[in-house]
Amino acid sequence: MPYTYHTDEDRKAMLAALGAKSEDELFDVIPEKFHLHTLLPIEKGKTEPETQRAMGAISRQNRPASHLLSFMGGGIYEHTVPSVVNNLAGRPEFATAYTPYQPEASQGTLQVIFEFQTHISRLTRLPVANASMYDGATALAEACLMAAKITRRDVVLVPHALNPRYLKVIKSYVTGQKIELRTLPVSPTGDIDETSLRRELNDRVAAVVVQTPNYFGALEQPWLYEKEIHAAGALLVASVDPVSLSILRPPGAYGADIAVGEGQPLGNPIGFGGPLVGFMACKQDYIRQMPGRIVSATRDVDGRQAFVLTLQTREQHIRREKATSNICTNQGLLATRATIYMSLLGEHGFRELGRVCHERARKLAAAITACEGYTLKYSAPFFREFVIACPTDAATVIDAARKEGILAGIPLSRYFGAGARNLLLVAVTEKNQDEDADKLCAVLKRASPVKVG
Amino acid sequence: MSAHDFSQTIYGRSRRGRHGYHISSKPTEEPRDIPAEYLRDGRIGLPEVSEPQVMRHYIDLSGKNHHVDRDLFPLGSCTMKYNPKVNDEVAAMQGFAGLHPEQSDADAQGALRVMHGLERLLAVISGMDAVSVQPAAGAQGEMLGLLLARAYFADRGESRHRVLVPDSAHGTNPATASVVGFTTQTFASGKDGRVDLDVLKSVLDDDVAVLMLTVPNTLGLFESRIADIVKTVHKAGALCYMDGANMNAIMGQARPGDFGFDMMHFNLHKTFSTPHGGGGPGSGPVAVKSHLEPFLPAPRVIETDGAFRLEYNRPQTVGALHSFFGNFGIYLRAYTYIMRLGSDGIRRASSTAVLNANYLASRIISKYPIPYGERCMHEFVATGEPLKKHGVKTLDVAKRLLDFGFYAPTVYFPLTVPEALMVEPTETESKETLDRFADALLQIAHEAETSPEVLTSAPTKTPVRRLDEATANRSPVVTVPFE
Repeated sequence: MPYTYHTDEDRKAMLAALGAKSEDELFDVIPEKFHLHTLLPIEKGKTEPETQRAMGAISRQNRPASHLLSFMGGGIYEHTVPSVVNNLAGRPEFATAYTPYQPEASQGTLQVIFEFQTHISRLTRLPVANASMYDGATALAEACLMAAKITRRDVVLVPHALNPRYLKVIKSYVTGQKIELRTLPVSPTGDIDETSLRRELNDRVAAVVVQTPNYFGALEQPWLYEKEIHAAGALLVASVDPVSLSILRPPGAYGADIAVGEGQPLGNPIGFGGPLVGFMACKQDYIRQMPGRIVSATRDVDGRQAFVLTLQTREQHIRREKATSNICTNQGLLATRATIYMSLLGEHGFRELGRVCHERARKLAAAITACEGYTLKYSAPFFREFVIACPTDAATVIDAARKEGILAGIPLSRYFGAGARNLLLVAVTEKNQDEDADKLCAVLKRASPVKVG
Repeated sequence: MSAHDFSQTIYGRSRRGRHGYHISSKPTEEPRDIPAEYLRDGRIGLPEVSEPQVMRHYIDLSGKNHHVDRDLFPLGSCTMKYNPKVNDEVAAMQGFAGLHPEQSDADAQGALRVMHGLERLLAVISGMDAVSVQPAAGAQGEMLGLLLARAYFADRGESRHRVLVPDSAHGTNPATASVVGFTTQTFASGKDGRVDLDVLKSVLDDDVAVLMLTVPNTLGLFESRIADIVKTVHKAGALCYMDGANMNAIMGQARPGDFGFDMMHFNLHKTFSTPHGGGGPGSGPVAVKSHLEPFLPAPRVIETDGAFRLEYNRPQTVGALHSFFGNFGIYLRAYTYIMRLGSDGIRRASSTAVLNANYLASRIISKYPIPYGERCMHEFVATGEPLKKHGVKTLDVAKRLLDFGFYAPTVYFPLTVPEALMVEPTETESKETLDRFADALLQIAHEAETSPEVLTSAPTKTPVRRLDEATANRSPVVTVPFE
């Protein structure tokens, strides 16, 4: 079998050292009736070339967005991944290590996490960040649990325009804690309806979740109601697109207590939606309520600068049933990629990224709305994603585009019911070129119903 | 002045005006159309470094890690086996890596085939009826298991509040029970390190929802009375959950479904060779018997005549645990691994893992007793207790091992063994490596007797020596301060 070394001689010598007659004997402790005496009904092993051929053939049964012209977002964005990121993060020194329990032999991983925490802290303008969560959805769910624990309250207000997949995950996470979710409707311009928010605020509300840009791409204005949220004793939890923070006001600058988001766009492939990487940052006061691993700077006995896992008494392996979360394995390698990505782009490249994304989105929106019958659904400002109201079913437009190798976007009816059937969520990244807009518009025009009279 | 020197971080290497990567060949402008109050004011504060600097910086950091491609990583319970490179190559294929999760089922037939295929393979390996690969890690698999239990009892009109775990359980078990809203009751293991049926019976009643049990347990012992344990729990109307962290010991030899478990999770990053990534990503698929299948997360992958589709319409589902379908890139690696091993290789992997652990145990037991001795499965828990009389703790043994170029075993876990050293060599280590490691441990025991200060001052050959963890805990510094 592959990946083992033993010769028959080795096996014999090892068994002899144990005083065992056979390897089977080592399994005698399993009751006889449970022994499998035949091989499992799985095919025999393949060689590496056979495996590569077989998996290559399966991979070609997909029609990946990366080979098409794609305007798909919805929380997952296909950005250029710099060669350096693939090269460095693929190194076995990072990939084949594990949680840095022995810090003296894990300084590489520990410092990368420390730099990740610093990058996230600066992007969000909050002083504390952790080493990663599973994805943007679970990061938000954990933030809701954290807020409920901090405030000892049991209601969380979530916007209607929240990523619907995040909402499903939050529901799974909070029901065990008997936390009630209440929905804040969307205003005609596409952001949170402020009147409803003010009406729902009371002394049971642990947190108000604001996602910006929201699922419809619209930017929220949390600074308009931040003071009222805090006056009501609730926390402001911001769910943000990290790329948008290149140009947009960061959560720490409008009083958010906890900021979370999806780190996939930071140098990670779209990869059919996984693995992803959630991030979480918060105010200093809440560091001991935070879930997940946290790395601190420290010194060694000789005074050398070093890094170490800290506040482990929050975690499951120490605190068990009283832990802040059950998370153990996280998304370290994706956080490593994000760290290298942000380091490489740096102050200048990251701002450039945000500007290019927004500029392309702005031009695309202008081009689409110039097509007869197509309008922007919402008037709130957007960053790189927006909703188009089509003159026909969005599904019709999407099918027509797909035939020409274009992924036109996400039909909102997928999540928001038949009432949203003409709505199409369109996203761009720096990978989309200006001329791509023409190709999409050509399809939109053809998909538009012919006017009579 | 800061008590720390951050000059060797990427921030310390930053100089104003240095550029690492350009997105656009043309100058970019401040965003139009977005009112000023929405925009960021001032610098983000990210570093300004060049591409070669980034390479050298992270290459430098990479050199400060121990990793399994360098040498043995005997971290018990974590199954740090060799991570085959072909797995990563497959995961990077554009047909997979370039697929957007919102694409239509028709565009994703290959990906759905892999998910469906992996679920079937895991069902066969576990002897269960259905599998959901959605959980992103073992702890999330446990969470799904307890959500399934809650839904199952709610469906039957029962209200049960307690989860039972033995005192040797992983910390994630009780932590997960709390997250899902159950109360944990920990019970003492028997004299032989396994579940004592009388103790179990004394804590069982109709308020117990689930027994969570790791098999083999964290002492590396198979629960030889497993059939009676499961029968007893079922008789009380509760469900049995298997923490499958140690599945590497029994895959291809015996099946949890046959033991009578209602559900279990796998750790693909342990048993199925996917890289641990310095902390993750993992993947924690959950396998269940048919009575729990209706409650599995949505979507499910359904096959009809060779065509695959995602089914979201699942009226009894517990919901979703991940934005999309879980850690798909990890499924690809696990699937590729199973394809390489095949039925024969799977059985050989577990028997070799068990052989290696027993051989290693036999080589060191004279100096490091194994309290729950006799034979072990894929790992064993030794104790550093005899070294205490020389003023040496297990922690010192662990640190000294780093000087020999090995990583340390898991230490001080499980809690039922004092001065615990939990050693899991895995099947992908050679006899030579095991001998080298055993020799190092024996030499360390000798050093403890003759020159204990060598141990208590270890490590000395690592990039840094022992760290001040107390100050970090009192006042953690978790970022480079912003000027």
